[in-house]
Amino acid sequence: MDLHLRQLEDQSVYILREAYKHFDNLAMLWSMGKDSTALLWLTRKAFFGHVPFPLIHIDTSYKIPAMIEYRDRIAREWRLNLVIGQNKEALANGMNHTLGRVECCTALKTNGLKNLIAEKGYTGIILGVRADEEGTRAKERYFSPRDKHGDWDFREQPPELWDQFKTAFPEGTHIRIHPLLDWTEINIWEYIRAENIPIIDLYFDKGDGTRYRSLGCAPCTFPIKSTAKTIDEIIEELRNTNVAERSGRAQDEGRGMELLRKDGYM
Amino acid sequence: MTTATLRAPSATEHLNIVIVGHVDHGKSTLLGRLYADTGSLPEGKLDKVREICRRQGKEFEYAFLFDAFLEEQEQGITIDTARTFFKWAGRHYIIIDAPGHKEFLKNMVSGAARAEAALLAIDAYEGVKEQSKKHGYLLSLLGIRQVAVVVNKMDLVGYRQDVFGAIETEYRTFLAQLKVTPERFVPVSAKLGDNIAKPSAHMPWYTGPTVLETLGLFRKETARERQTLRFPVQDVYKFDARRIITGRIAAGRIKVGDRLIFSPSNKSATVKTIEAFNVEPVPTEATAGQSTGITLDEQIFIMRGEIAAHEDSAPLVSTTFRCNLFWMGRRPLEAGKKYLLRLATREVECEVVAIHRIIDTTDLAGREVKASVGRNEVAELTIRTKAPITFDLYSDFEVTGRFVLVDQYDVSGGGIVTEAVRDEQTVLREEARRRDIAWVKGDVGAEDRARYFGHRAALVLITGARHTGKSLLARRLEVRLVADGRHTYLLDAANLRRGLDADLSEEDTGEIVRRFGEVARLLMDTGLIVVSTTNALGGADHQAIRTLVHPTPVIAVHMSKGDEAPPPDTDLAFAGPKDFDAIADQVMEELKRRGVLAQAIGAKPQFHYSI
Repeated sequence: MDLHLRQLEDQSVYILREAYKHFDNLAMLWSMGKDSTALLWLTRKAFFGHVPFPLIHIDTSYKIPAMIEYRDRIAREWRLNLVIGQNKEALANGMNHTLGRVECCTALKTNGLKNLIAEKGYTGIILGVRADEEGTRAKERYFSPRDKHGDWDFREQPPELWDQFKTAFPEGTHIRIHPLLDWTEINIWEYIRAENIPIIDLYFDKGDGTRYRSLGCAPCTFPIKSTAKTIDEIIEELRNTNVAERSGRAQDEGRGMELLRKDGYM
Repeated sequence: MTTATLRAPSATEHLNIVIVGHVDHGKSTLLGRLYADTGSLPEGKLDKVREICRRQGKEFEYAFLFDAFLEEQEQGITIDTARTFFKWAGRHYIIIDAPGHKEFLKNMVSGAARAEAALLAIDAYEGVKEQSKKHGYLLSLLGIRQVAVVVNKMDLVGYRQDVFGAIETEYRTFLAQLKVTPERFVPVSAKLGDNIAKPSAHMPWYTGPTVLETLGLFRKETARERQTLRFPVQDVYKFDARRIITGRIAAGRIKVGDRLIFSPSNKSATVKTIEAFNVEPVPTEATAGQSTGITLDEQIFIMRGEIAAHEDSAPLVSTTFRCNLFWMGRRPLEAGKKYLLRLATREVECEVVAIHRIIDTTDLAGREVKASVGRNEVAELTIRTKAPITFDLYSDFEVTGRFVLVDQYDVSGGGIVTEAVRDEQTVLREEARRRDIAWVKGDVGAEDRARYFGHRAALVLITGARHTGKSLLARRLEVRLVADGRHTYLLDAANLRRGLDADLSEEDTGEIVRRFGEVARLLMDTGLIVVSTTNALGGADHQAIRTLVHPTPVIAVHMSKGDEAPPPDTDLAFAGPKDFDAIADQVMEELKRRGVLAQAIGAKPQFHYSI
């Protein structure tokens, strides 16, 4: 494996093991996308084939059906402890993206996650966000505290140096753990290729000249024009693009991400 | 300089760079310009930010490209470190933009701590300022040896060589005191793009590299693999049949067949396998930087926080060391107060025993001695830990020579170890280490004995004045434990006086204590729970015994008639009239809590007699 990929892997594995050591009630978010699936694979690396904590999927009910099939197959094959969270109340009240994209994400994803955290009492949540995705994630910590309301106080982030992370926190708050912060989109694909990780096929062109570059809910995620049919072709395409990865994600427009993330979005 | 003279970096090489300097000296602008002039921005980003500026009626600044928070753009300052990704001439960079405002020094430290090289920006018009020096000092403390100074805003001083020269002389002199030699000084105007990606037409007197070329000249440091081994234990896993000791190798390499010494427990074993998931062929060695897992040829009980090394180059062990520390806490650091110290994977309570001086980072002079260290101050301290810890001097090993202090919930200070200080136990500790490392072991290990006996070895040390019931408790405890199937022996110090110590006089206390400790150690090596009353011995002697029997658990039980305070490190204290069976129950509970009478290793042992 490429030296840099190995170094990224070593850092992520170290972070995952620190999280497992310090948090009694730990869980990992899995969206079935390439990042959180690579993260799941890194977990199996860190724990020698085992996944010693539950995986959370926040199901907005608007996910692309192929994602759910893929989720259930991998969960069976890797013997995962899958926990599904859903904001049933908001869905019953008819929440959908036409009522506002930021409002919909907040209700179905942010609040869906917050409700589950409150219900299960998780104190550590592992997520696959990367610094190169968008501006506010570039400023994240590996171990990032959230207050009683799940909010992110980006003005007062803890110091983080020498791989000594924030693992102590007041009751009622929790820590978001970000083992993939230093990875880029290309790194993720290179790692998927190097490790031969089974990835959902929505990322590949199946003949109509389009593919998904980033996966989310069906109404707010749009395929890009691309004829990349293999991982090699995706990597080649990414090396030659100047288009942002999340350009197909509608909730990022304007200051959407800063507002969403301040309130506890992933 | 042309690109042809630059060393060609390997295709997969990645380097972490931090940009530091005083507030408003143009760090974010420098970064924005570097991206813009090399065509490294995502499509449409420049236009989008220009459009936002136009709508808000303010002048476009390159700094806005990475100041992602609304508040940062409104105030025109960087609040928190941003990681950005940059590729040039076949090499990948993570460039970390650190805030320069002194309010956000902890964020600057977070950014700089993960860098391998630094660009330090100084405003040509304002010259060297307070944070220019503080950042320079922190870079040296954080161990960043490759520093290039970017003298920015040259357009504001008419691109004059003498202004540049004066700043270079002043700042070079300052860095020399920190033993930092800057790689070079580059005169630039980030705003106008002079000497960023292209040589400037305004400064023909400067013939050195541009900022972009300067990045290419930073070297990748890979020396840690060639050092001797330091392997801090992160965790021990038993998910399946394997008992895997995990950690990230801080220095050196581990190979199958290596004999490892774990400090401070001084336990040793040989590496049987290197474990990995989805790696073919199975690795036989692991090197510095790798997060790995190993299995050993024998079952030894080791815990997170120990550091494995090879026999010929063991790390230091003490409770006391001298250090340089910078403080980022909301509350000042106070002498005499308890903090949690974290060094590699070890966590231990500690206390600042002396604040030698506060260092003024503008002139590096020592200021008056104070009883506390304020936020953003740097000081020289002596720290004492509650239990012995393993470490190195920072000048020898980076990862095991630095530590952080945690105040309540927050990492609040970072320090580097400059000197190990001998404590009262140093002599005995070194004796114990030599003895343990050279110990000739049979084929039955401590873990085997624990499995057969249904318990681990331990020392129950009963202390207190005369006629407080120490002896009665010791006897009752021995009877109860043996009746419960636990291998236990009452060791009274007085018994040794008649035999083993017959050649010693009453005054030879040190030697009496040493022999008692060694006998207890020997009995516990056979797997026994040793119960002892030590009328003859004082508090200092108990510390000596602990050092000699380390790391076997010691349960200290204090007996008194009145309400006198028990000695430090007492686990259980009993005052007034006593119910010895109830006390014995409590001691047995404590033995369970400490993992001596672990349920997991066989509740009640089976005995088979043959006649």
